Amino acid sequence: MRSADLHIEGVKHEAIEVARNRLMVPAFLFVLGFGILVVRLVSIGIFEDISDQITHARPVTTEIVQERVDILDRNGVVLATNLSAPSLAVRPRLITEPEETADKIVAVLPDLNRTSVLNKLKSSHHFLYIKRNLTPKQVWRINALGYPGLILEQAEKRIYPQGNLASHVLGYVDVENRPQAGVEKFFNDHLSNTVRSNDPLYLSLDIRVQHIVRQELAFAMNKFSAIGGAGMVMDINSGEILAMTSLPDFDGNGSVQPASSEMKNRNILEPYEMGSGFKVFTIAMALDSGTVTLNDAFDATEPLKVGRRTINDDHAKERILNVPEIFTFSSNIGSSLIIREVGVEQQKNYLQKFGMFEKTVVELTGLSRPILPAHWGEIQSMTVSYGHGIAVTPLHLVTGISAMINGGRLIPATLIRKDTAPDNDYYPQVISSETSQKMRHLMRLAVEYGSGGRAHVKGYLVGGKTGTAEKVVNGKYSRQDKITSFVGAFPMDNPKYVVFAMLDEPKGIEETFYKATGGWVAAPVVGEIIKKIGPLLGVLPKEYIETKYHNLILVDAGK
Amino acid sequence: MTVFSRTDTSLLSDWWWTVDRWLLMALALLIGLGIVMTFSASPAIAEKLGLGSFHFVKRQILFIIAAMIAMFGVSLLPVQWVRRFGVILFLAAVILMVLTMVIGFEAKGSRRWLSIGSFTLQASEFLKPAFIIFSAWMFSEVHKSPEFRGWSIAIFSYLIVVTLLISQPDFGQTILVSLVWGAQFFMAGLPMIWVLGLAGLGMAGVFLAYMLIPHVSDRIDRFLYPEVSDTYQVDTALNALRSGGIFGRGPGEGAVKKILPDAHTDFIFAVTGEEFGVLLCLVLIGLFAVIVVRSLIRNMKETDMFVFLAVSGLIIQFGLQAFINLGVNLSLLPSKGMTLPFISYGGSSMLSMAIAMGMVLALTRRGSGNNLENLNSGWRKS
Repeated sequence: MRSADLHIEGVKHEAIEVARNRLMVPAFLFVLGFGILVVRLVSIGIFEDISDQITHARPVTTEIVQERVDILDRNGVVLATNLSAPSLAVRPRLITEPEETADKIVAVLPDLNRTSVLNKLKSSHHFLYIKRNLTPKQVWRINALGYPGLILEQAEKRIYPQGNLASHVLGYVDVENRPQAGVEKFFNDHLSNTVRSNDPLYLSLDIRVQHIVRQELAFAMNKFSAIGGAGMVMDINSGEILAMTSLPDFDGNGSVQPASSEMKNRNILEPYEMGSGFKVFTIAMALDSGTVTLNDAFDATEPLKVGRRTINDDHAKERILNVPEIFTFSSNIGSSLIIREVGVEQQKNYLQKFGMFEKTVVELTGLSRPILPAHWGEIQSMTVSYGHGIAVTPLHLVTGISAMINGGRLIPATLIRKDTAPDNDYYPQVISSETSQKMRHLMRLAVEYGSGGRAHVKGYLVGGKTGTAEKVVNGKYSRQDKITSFVGAFPMDNPKYVVFAMLDEPKGIEETFYKATGGWVAAPVVGEIIKKIGPLLGVLPKEYIETKYHNLILVDAGK
Repeated sequence: MTVFSRTDTSLLSDWWWTVDRWLLMALALLIGLGIVMTFSASPAIAEKLGLGSFHFVKRQILFIIAAMIAMFGVSLLPVQWVRRFGVILFLAAVILMVLTMVIGFEAKGSRRWLSIGSFTLQASEFLKPAFIIFSAWMFSEVHKSPEFRGWSIAIFSYLIVVTLLISQPDFGQTILVSLVWGAQFFMAGLPMIWVLGLAGLGMAGVFLAYMLIPHVSDRIDRFLYPEVSDTYQVDTALNALRSGGIFGRGPGEGAVKKILPDAHTDFIFAVTGEEFGVLLCLVLIGLFAVIVVRSLIRNMKETDMFVFLAVSGLIIQFGLQAFINLGVNLSLLPSKGMTLPFISYGGSSMLSMAIAMGMVLALTRRGSGNNLENLNSGWRKS
């Protein structure tokens, strides 16, 4: 080895020493760096919580915000909800080839008129709607066209999955989702509040009961060629309406004609003369005021002449009748004689307490006032006693009848589910609970022995009262056109539900000996409804119980 | 281990008895963990892209097989062949990078990839280990023959490499390559006054990049002022670690991976943290630290300058890349596209890392240093 080599060897050794020393720097930095990583990892991974705002929860919970809140029935069945249904609009200035674009739009949406689409595409407007409520497939195909001038605007369409079923209660919304009727309108503040998106509106309706009522009513309407009908089921202890149907009805999903007869909710909108149903009130006030007792008897042998008027009985017994008989056989004469004892003022007082002078209370718009006699003298008092000369809505009657048999408290009707047990003391006592007890028995008698016999259902102890009134057409009573109704309740030993059915202008058929009275037409409807909803609502069938006052009635008389 | 007998002098047997088996084991462990982590991190991304759930897993396993073969192959090479291979690879990578500039395709705002069939090639990945070998050779040659202008060649080639990287632009790789090259230069005996000067130049370069390249200033701004900018990726990654806690939410239970854009590549560590918890993350960091620090300390005993500089450079590159990736995941560093060695999904980075560690294994084989002594260097003055 030469000296130069030796020198190089020396330099090499020196150099490698420097390199080794200097390697300590990166080695130290790495130890430090990985140490920092460990500290940072532990402090983040173990000692920190997930930062509030972002990321972690996002894929898991997506709050659904809807334009309108859902409406559900008392058991959570959806009655009204929303579907995404975007609207197609155009910004004409961004359309370069209107002809071609119009062709393609019409190919996707064949129900559009090509000329009118083309006019919109060529127009000088800034923004125009072409079609509302596109299906997801149509949205996809419009997007696939790829025209920047075509706008798909997010929109929701209100959908009523039950179709016609509860249309009058629900109401409907117009194309811009503005409420037009029903609870949609009444509860719009809640329903249109997007903050309450996940807080659906629970109605008191039970859609199963609603369906049964509508079905039976439609069947009877068809059978007796009636022009309309109304039906309700109410929980007498809470005022909750389980079913409210009015026929003909409409489908809120389709196009709705606001002024058509389908839109009319007969339960609240039109006052009708209710006929003998009112005798329940007459007997109740007579008993409650102590004017008469059950054992009192009145002479109904002959029609009653008052002034120029003659009051007849439809099922004339032509004998002296006691109070239960007057009720059971629906004697107009008897009830007129009773009210003469009660007096005009007392009658008006009671009817006012029963809510017959004011609009009813329920969460709907378009409630009607009753039509009261302009002059309320003795004659008017007598006709009112059997439900003539006074017109109330079916809801008035149902609410009033509930009070007569629930122990005497007038509980306002409601369409909203009550989740807490009603506080009875809160509602006004309009008759004593003793009178209410008596009314239960009397109504049971009327089904067992009287005109309401066709409402009888084995095991459910149905009680009720028929009503037949001549319809007022152009201010005159019509002999032909009748409003026939039946207001029933069950089970009468401990009543839970009032069931009401009414038919507008039913025509008698051979089976009913061409009669179209409440007993022939409406009572069977109520009977059928009770037969079907009784088990559904958990009312247990009972052994037959002999009515308390049956011995007061001379059944075989007459006929 | 009774597979190879010590008296067996065949190539494989020789390799087995001379190779750094601890390093080999640590790398195998790392690759194994990488497979597990790819299984948990990539299916969500694959599904989002409309590919089969295990699209990335299958490809990654293919890459790993190729990488293991490459690593083993390279580790068999004698030292002078490692150098030759490195230099050839360096020239090839430079040519490929020039090609990339011309015919490469653009993704996420930079032009870094060449496509070959269904695979894409990122030439800059292969440039890194090759350039380390080349630089180590240049720096070490100076000590053998002082009149050899090794430093000038090193500086010149460094400028070429940096120009190529910045033109892509790939700021992260530029910094990485600069740091490793700087460290090599530093160890090769750069006078302290130059060290300070170069460090100043480096800082100025970073500042210039921050001022002139919007992409860079954006990344750094986001890091410096998280409250006013969109730090979605990093915040999401941190939340993943927080949600994992000590033991993790369990394999497949991660929710963050579904919304983290680069869950299978740059942010695979965060996904691992969510599913397997801090414990496995600690194991992973520990593994990287052990590989790096142990290799550097072992390297202290090295007597040959080329081997010393090459191994140091390769290990520093490996360690820096891991540190930067983990630092970004833990929000200690501004976000830059840096893969986690042997863990992140990606063929080029996997293969380049395998080649780099193959070189380390080859260079650190016992007795390998003697090989160079017999080498008849052309530049040595006789």
